[in-house]
Amino acid sequence: MEPFLLRALAGAIAVALAAGPLGCFVVWRRMAYFGAALAHSALLGVLLGLLIGIRVEIGVAFTCIVIALGFTALERHRVLAKDALLGVIAHAALAFGLVALALSHGVNIDLMGYLFGDVLAIGPIDLGVMWVVGALTLVVLRLRWSELLMLTLSEELAAVEGVAVGRMRLLLVLLIALLVAVGMRVVGLLLIVSLLIIPAAAARNLARSPSSMAIIASAIGIFSVGTGLWASWRWDLPAGPAIVIAATGCFVLSPLPARVRAHRVRPEARPEPLA
Amino acid sequence: MTDTLLIDAREVSVSYGDHRVLHDVSVELRRGEIVTLVGLNGAGKSTLVQVLLGLIEPMHGTVYRRPGLRLGYTPQWVRRDRSMPLTLGDFVRLRRDADPARVDAQLEEVGVRGALNTMLADLSGGEMQRALLARALLTDPELLILDEPLAGVDMLSQSMLYRLIAEVRERSGCGVLLVSHELHVVMAATDRVVCLNHHVCCTGHPRAVAAHPEFVALFGEGLGEVMTLYTHHHDHAHDAHGEPLPVRGTITPEAHSQGPR
Repeated sequence: MEPFLLRALAGAIAVALAAGPLGCFVVWRRMAYFGAALAHSALLGVLLGLLIGIRVEIGVAFTCIVIALGFTALERHRVLAKDALLGVIAHAALAFGLVALALSHGVNIDLMGYLFGDVLAIGPIDLGVMWVVGALTLVVLRLRWSELLMLTLSEELAAVEGVAVGRMRLLLVLLIALLVAVGMRVVGLLLIVSLLIIPAAAARNLARSPSSMAIIASAIGIFSVGTGLWASWRWDLPAGPAIVIAATGCFVLSPLPARVRAHRVRPEARPEPLA
Repeated sequence: MTDTLLIDAREVSVSYGDHRVLHDVSVELRRGEIVTLVGLNGAGKSTLVQVLLGLIEPMHGTVYRRPGLRLGYTPQWVRRDRSMPLTLGDFVRLRRDADPARVDAQLEEVGVRGALNTMLADLSGGEMQRALLARALLTDPELLILDEPLAGVDMLSQSMLYRLIAEVRERSGCGVLLVSHELHVVMAATDRVVCLNHHVCCTGHPRAVAAHPEFVALFGEGLGEVMTLYTHHHDHAHDAHGEPLPVRGTITPEAHSQGPR
């Protein structure tokens, strides 16, 4: 196999591994639109990184955190519903990013690469960053698993039982910001939320507990990355969208095992036909 | 009397911006006593509960909490969405400070052991409240704070759940603070009612509170009558095995006197 293809596969697997359990929290806590708003602001972060000469991942993570904190502050006023406010932030941030890009004459970037991913072009250092972020996310989620579950079920009950509610909420935002920063290279900022949500949603149909849902989501993510990259190489498809389509295939097929089980039980339960 | 004192909140005030939610509120909670907190929506009940739990620092006033006090709490709302596959058993076991070996016995005591492997999203309102109660009881609390445990629970389950709370108090001698709208259900075994409308408008024995002019002004004459009815006949209220219970709001002495056949 070509080295660039191996690197792409290894990097995408790191992101998919972390996106599985983190995506479960995004689904459980209904943060999908929140994630999308962060992703839309990523272009501003890319420019920030390029203009001051640091890694774009740091610029993106920084911008995402600023946007997330800004959203939290605005949300307190409760003038608009959450989704409307997030809609304003998401599209304003993307528009500002595109205009800022047009104004930065010195900066020459591959816009399509940032919008839809360019995982086949990642270098060894990019790969290292992906694995550091992926492993860090998994370790933190493992250590704080039950606290984050309690936070999701009831913040009051979690607080009474000694969970540092504010810190845990911030932790989730930080992890999502970091995942957007590294996942952007794999499927692009327009599709990054799908990497969080689709494997988790597919895993829901197969899981009987929160932790099994997280593990299955990671597995589905890895399978989608492998299938998508293979299809991309075989038929010369864009890699990011191919990965998302593979994940969507898993989602569409995910209710089947439960249906098959139910069908196997049915014959005995079926009443005798009348006459 | 001082040795039974668990929480003593004195002249507590809390404001959100210009909006004063609690004004000079004083509440005492003692061992073995069931105190019911009543009040309309937005009267500051939940804020007071959060102050008593120690989640909000009051701007004025003091909250004494007995050192080392073991608290059991059931929140008003738990996110139990179909998107999270969590069984009742796993939910109760998520409490890290409790002995996992006790979970089964505790669920048995509150009567939901049969639902151990049922998904949280599939539980009825009454079963969910029982599960929350079981979870709160795991650490042998000296004080139970129950935020609207009867809301969203059907009428028959309400009186059974309420009876369970009274039994827990009898058995363990813990104090109970109950936030409830379902006055007619909770009055029977309540020792003291605190009626809240940003300030404590009246407090005392249920029957005395029901006749208090500020209470009548808030809840109306009819409710006071219903409550008095139930405090007189409370031995009937629990006993219906599928017998039609009077529909809430249209209770008449005739309907009630049908009782158990």
